Amino acid sequence: MNFDILIPLLAATVLSGTPVLYATLGEIITEKSGVLNLGVEGVMMLGAFSAFFVAAATGSPWLAFVVAGVVGMLVVSLHGVVCLWFQGNQVVSGLALTLLGSGLANYLGTPYVGTKAPGFSAVALPGLSRIPALGEIFFNHDPLVYLSYLLPPILWFFFHRTGIGLGLRAVGENPAAARAAGLNVQRLRWLGILAGGFFMGLGGACLSLAYTHLWTSSLSGGRGWIAVALVIFAFWRPGRAVFGAWLFGGVMALQLRLQASGAHVSSSLLLMLPYALTVIVLVFSSARRKSNAAPAALGVNVEPGE
Amino acid sequence: MKLKRLIIALTALALAIPAASFAAKEVKVGFIYISPVGDAGYSYAHNEGRKAVEKMEGVTTSFVESVPEGPDSERVALKMARKGYDVIFGTSFGYMDPLLKVAKKFPKVAFLHCSGYKTAKNMGNYFGRIYQSRYLTGVVAGSMTKSNILGYVAAMPIPEVIRGINAFTLGAQSVNPKVQVRVVWTNSWYDPATEKEAAKSLLDVGADVLAQHQDSPGPQEAAEEAGVYSVGYNTDMKSFAPKAHLTSAVWNWAPYYTKVVKEVQDGTWKPESVWLGMETGVVDISPYGDMVPEAVRKNVDNLKGQIIDGSLKVFTGPIFDQQGKEMVPVGQVAPDDQLLNMNWFVKGVTGTLK
Repeated sequence: MNFDILIPLLAATVLSGTPVLYATLGEIITEKSGVLNLGVEGVMMLGAFSAFFVAAATGSPWLAFVVAGVVGMLVVSLHGVVCLWFQGNQVVSGLALTLLGSGLANYLGTPYVGTKAPGFSAVALPGLSRIPALGEIFFNHDPLVYLSYLLPPILWFFFHRTGIGLGLRAVGENPAAARAAGLNVQRLRWLGILAGGFFMGLGGACLSLAYTHLWTSSLSGGRGWIAVALVIFAFWRPGRAVFGAWLFGGVMALQLRLQASGAHVSSSLLLMLPYALTVIVLVFSSARRKSNAAPAALGVNVEPGE
Repeated sequence: MKLKRLIIALTALALAIPAASFAAKEVKVGFIYISPVGDAGYSYAHNEGRKAVEKMEGVTTSFVESVPEGPDSERVALKMARKGYDVIFGTSFGYMDPLLKVAKKFPKVAFLHCSGYKTAKNMGNYFGRIYQSRYLTGVVAGSMTKSNILGYVAAMPIPEVIRGINAFTLGAQSVNPKVQVRVVWTNSWYDPATEKEAAKSLLDVGADVLAQHQDSPGPQEAAEEAGVYSVGYNTDMKSFAPKAHLTSAVWNWAPYYTKVVKEVQDGTWKPESVWLGMETGVVDISPYGDMVPEAVRKNVDNLKGQIIDGSLKVFTGPIFDQQGKEMVPVGQVAPDDQLLNMNWFVKGVTGTLK
């Protein structure tokens, strides 16, 4: 494979990995607080739709982007009510959220299918985009991609250097001890759920504002589930999530390019690649590191404060 | 009190029935679509046909969109038949068996199924020879390309799509023997994100005209952004890519739908299998983009005339497959049967069929 093909391939890798990256980071925040949210797909869909709707109505992609995050928070607050107030089953509640979100987005979006809304387009970063190869790969994208570069270090700092971030992790590891230490478990879990939902909504917005500018039913196409898997692949670490999201995006971009370059490989097999790879990577990463990566109290409900 | 209301209602009904029977026979026509009518694609085109039917005298129409193939479509058809619809159009391949089932229960209702092959006493099927339009768009694309690489974003490797790719390729080769067509499958009919990405991957290998057999305008968007040309499908996709769009292979169902409904009104309708060509107006190409030069327009218009009068058949031999095997001998025209079961690419197509 020569350079002319490789650089666009890597650029496409970053681009198609970005929506998944946002969603994966969101899920990491939520799971760090000890709550499992399997509703990522549904939240992304509603985020994508609300972003599209607001962009079409107001013409402002940035406003649409923020609204998608807020809608994401509203949607996951249902999960919070079920899991935190009523001690409901987190798995069931998450699955319900996926069904609700996808169904609602498709229902509300029906009149808009095939219509266009203003969104983000690629902006070359002055200076950086002139760097040979790297400039084309990393610094010739839409603003949402650049924003995604900043998030992992910010999240790392949040988890390791701020009181709230440390508290959030403590609640996910050992809620009883955290409570004994005087932390408000419920409030920190609410934070984990809502902040996670915000990023999942942003992930959806990437799809309808940047990746494509069209609305269609099932726009997310299973990317929310990939995000759930990538959290495990990333060992709940924001930095590794970047690697996982780009790996997924890279294989997605690669299989289409293999077809285009005339490789004599079955297209059905190639289309399966990104998903197959996710499964394989998941198997290997969970076999290698068993218990120490996942938050110890992940999926365990905690009685509201006594 | 309740009884009194009932009597009034019944009287009103009794008065209304003879009043209606004086006018031309009142016909209710239902349409079942696979996707939302706003998709600017396949269902949109069918719905434009429905609008023409709606304008006919003594006809009311309604439609149900986004109906999944299988049991859901059977339920929708059943409901329409029970409500007293006289004609029911089902416009997706997977509605075939569900419609057939309902047709047997309602022998007085006329059922018409698009793109299938089964018929019954009260069920016909119909489709259009969109490959004729594809051939013409291929001629346009073959005339406009500079890299001699045409990209084709395609949904699924089924005969309908393969036929379209082959016709497009033959059209392009008729004006530009050096041209090659690269195919990327997405395995979905409507997924703008993947389709756009597929289109970009074709641009990366040097394609400078993008065609599509997909329902979303994703590839058009990609062509517009990259500053290359595009060929649309289903409806005139110019609005999605004003600078890129050369022409589209388009459906125009109005002439056929109005004809069938008129026949049902007159009581002359009979179930049949029809594969409608360009001479019926059901398949066509949309107006050329400004960048298409006069000479190309003249040539394509001329070829269109030949297709309409029957002197030009798209699949006329010699036609070879990718491996160089002769599939249609010199001077012969591929029979419809071969076209309907087409599972091989013509020479000049780069892509796999699995």
